[in-house]
Amino acid sequence: MLRNSEAEPEVTEPIVLRHRVLPEFDRLTVYRQHGGYQAFERAVRSRSPEAVIQLVKDSGLRGRGGAGFPTGVKWSFLTPGVFPRYVVANADESEPGTFKDREIIERNPFQFLEGVAICAHAAQANVAYVYCRGEFWDLTSELDRKIAELEGAGLLGDGLFGTDYSLRIYTHLGAGAYICGEETALLESLEGKLGQPRLRPPFPAAEGLYGKPTVVNNVETLANLPLILERGVDWYRSVGTKQSPGTKVFSLSGHVKRPANVELPLGTTFRELIFEHGGGILGDKKIKAILPAGASAPILPAADDVLDSGMDYESVAALGSALGSASIIVLDETVNIAWAEAKITDFFEHESCGKCTPCREGTYWMKHILGRLMTGAARAEDIELLHSVGTGIRGKCLCALGDFAALAVTSGIERFGTDFKVHAVNGQ
Amino acid sequence: MAALAEKYRAEIQSILAKYPPEHKRSAVMPLLFVAQREYGHLDRQAIAEVAALLQLEPTEVGSLIGFYTLFHDRPGPTYRLQVCTDLPCALRGAEEFARELRQELNVSQGEPDTDGQIAVEEVKCLAACDRAPVFQLQEPGGIHYYENQTLETALAVVEELRGRAGSD
Ligand SMILES: Cc1cc2nc3c(=O)[nH]c(=O)nc-3n(C[C@H](O)[C@H](O)[C@H](O)COP(=O)(O)O)c2cc1C
Ligand code: SF4
Ligand code: FES
Repeated sequence: MLRNSEAEPEVTEPIVLRHRVLPEFDRLTVYRQHGGYQAFERAVRSRSPEAVIQLVKDSGLRGRGGAGFPTGVKWSFLTPGVFPRYVVANADESEPGTFKDREIIERNPFQFLEGVAICAHAAQANVAYVYCRGEFWDLTSELDRKIAELEGAGLLGDGLFGTDYSLRIYTHLGAGAYICGEETALLESLEGKLGQPRLRPPFPAAEGLYGKPTVVNNVETLANLPLILERGVDWYRSVGTKQSPGTKVFSLSGHVKRPANVELPLGTTFRELIFEHGGGILGDKKIKAILPAGASAPILPAADDVLDSGMDYESVAALGSALGSASIIVLDETVNIAWAEAKITDFFEHESCGKCTPCREGTYWMKHILGRLMTGAARAEDIELLHSVGTGIRGKCLCALGDFAALAVTSGIERFGTDFKVHAVNGQ
Repeated sequence: MAALAEKYRAEIQSILAKYPPEHKRSAVMPLLFVAQREYGHLDRQAIAEVAALLQLEPTEVGSLIGFYTLFHDRPGPTYRLQVCTDLPCALRGAEEFARELRQELNVSQGEPDTDGQIAVEEVKCLAACDRAPVFQLQEPGGIHYYENQTLETALAVVEELRGRAGSD
């Protein structure tokens, strides 16, 4: 992959986790001392929404919520001439192994909120909602105080910067349902309904919240915007790879010495993340497998070619998995992969919203077969059965959750078959 | 009966103000949180009150309760210690932590203790995987995180809660 510097791992200046290097960055005065809210003010005063959309397109910024869709392109799909429009920040963060949006909101709230504001200006929206998972109760109260502070400082509200633009940001708490992270389920939930995905098209940019054109973006995506506007496209593109520009906040968890969020250029290798930034494997054991996107992408054997691969959307796809939200879960040699996939299946069975039969029933069956396997009550044929239930789910569901659940099981069996057989043999 | 409407007038107004008047229904979850704080759980009476505030059918409101795990439709423990035992935390000993905590408190999974005040439940990822073991404390008035826990720190939290429950 194209890297900024092939020679040595770059210690890039953080773009999103700036609070790591700038003390008290969660205070508005401090944030403003470092140029905070200049990008938003300049945009409102003198940059047309179209110009901002073009700039974000040119920056190559891709959505950080999982799908990696180009952000500016998504904004350009807003149905022309239809108002009101809405912006929704997706702070549902519930993917196992993902804890980056929480750090951003907690420690760098004003940069995130400025990103929301910039997005709202580009979308010509006067109202934006931040949909937070219900567990972020305390975090959300704190965010409410920050929003009030911005209103007090004249950075949110009516007639901003002497123009006729007005913007209000409201928080909205979910109540414990992973599926509400899926953007259309989120919109249903925000409308006060069951959080179940909608049939698409129409996409939210055409018919989103209350049937109006809506932009839904992940917290980290939005937090990138202020510096992109301030420093420009060339600067942004100087980091990361050609097709995956910029940095990514990698949530590193599992069997590493130092689990943490680490912000690195897209395209950094797994090896660098795990062994340099993560300090290597706990107890200096051997690394066995990597889940690159929490529960929602096929598991990868931690062979050298995988470890030396760059973490960007294209490279991880080429390995037969996906970068997704970049929640890197590391499994050491002691882990039985059938056990890990049983936990993951448990998760998906619990979180399936029940709207489509293959997902609802399929996750139920996979959970039960894996349960038999883990209690030593399964036979060798059960592994084939498990695989075929997984294959049966794929491509037949309304949202990606069904496919994620299926891929966890099928990739586990295909790549770590012996780990499944051990249990079956014991059970005979 | 419109107890919530009177007692929480200002709070309800500020919740409703977030949403377009013609889309009041958006306020249903925030209002259910208000009701749950007041009543401890969401029974038919609570659901009817929230429905009335929004001019919805009680069934439209009631169907949400079972869908969202943070809402409770029957009386339960005042304090729920919800330990994350999802994969990343499990890799760092969260399952043993939950088991030991239950043993120490002499409760089984999800069942409240003898006073009916405290329960230890297992939940999915809380977005705190770098600070395992972690639990959230769900009480009627809110949810708080307790990270990087040990058996000792968790038991100290329980002691504190029991003191609180006793002094009520
Ligand atoms: C099952 C499922 C769960 C999801 N959960 C989240 C989430 O918690 N946070 C998030 O930002 N996106 C999540 N997404 C992706 C969203 O649907 C959507 O693509 C994203 O919010 C768009 O923002 P982005 O373009 O900035 O990434 C999820 C998708 C699926 C299918
Ligand atoms: S695939 Fe599963 S989670 Fe997604 S809509 Fe269907 S039932 Fe719901
Ligand atoms: S797995 Fe426990 S907080 Fe994420």
